[in-house]
Amino acid sequence: MINCEEASTICNKKQYKEATLLEQIKLGFHLLFCKTCAAFSKKNKKLTILCERANLYKLSELEKEKIKEMIEQKL
Amino acid sequence: MTEYSLNPNVWVDKYADYLFNYAVARVSDSEIAKDLVQETFLAGLKSAKNYQGAASERTWLIAILKRKVIDYYRKINSKKGKAEVRINYNSQSDSAGDWLEENVADPFSTFENDAIENEELGLAIQECISQLPKKQSAVFVMKTIRGLSTEDICNELGINASNLWVMVHRARTNLMGCLNENWFKL
Repeated sequence: MINCEEASTICNKKQYKEATLLEQIKLGFHLLFCKTCAAFSKKNKKLTILCERANLYKLSELEKEKIKEMIEQKL
Repeated sequence: MTEYSLNPNVWVDKYADYLFNYAVARVSDSEIAKDLVQETFLAGLKSAKNYQGAASERTWLIAILKRKVIDYYRKINSKKGKAEVRINYNSQSDSAGDWLEENVADPFSTFENDAIENEELGLAIQECISQLPKKQSAVFVMKTIRGLSTEDICNELGINASNLWVMVHRARTNLMGCLNENWFKL
């Protein structure tokens, strides 16, 4: 048996496909009778889908540093 | 009305990703988008004295970026226009004919709306991420957007794995709350 805290961690790992099969079974079992975690799990999945759909882009830290330096020179 | 002021020292940390997302969606090339963001910051610095504080910093920077995007398209179009002579109405040669009617957008397509909505969603998420505490946003961004492995992140930030998952958990819960406010209620 796992508690809610462990369940949430497994659920988060699952979003990044890092949960083991055993963990996923444990989680599935927990979700059967824990409504709070089931709701969290559902929302969490939704967030993952949203993030995927949004095509997020990000500048790397290195590129940011370069731009920062440039701005400082001009100030 | 609130008066806004400019604070160029924090521009990169606060707005670089937001502007970058905005630019990538429009020029669909990350290198060009990066240059545009850079130019935007420079132009912002140059005309900082004209800033009247009527709009927030971010709105103002987006307005500049918008002009930069337009300028970019003008530039590439003028080069292309000189070099080629168009005989067909459309540029794709594999279509059945070259009647203009065949190139009209499908009125029942929801495809374009999806693209617009996804872009707005991206900006909303980006904004929510920028409101997270620094440590949480760092972990979340490395994990979700840059897709780094747990091990790499732990090494880079000097934390252990369970620590990382706690951070991820907090970041995700905060994001859910933020998106609930800013995205689903709109």
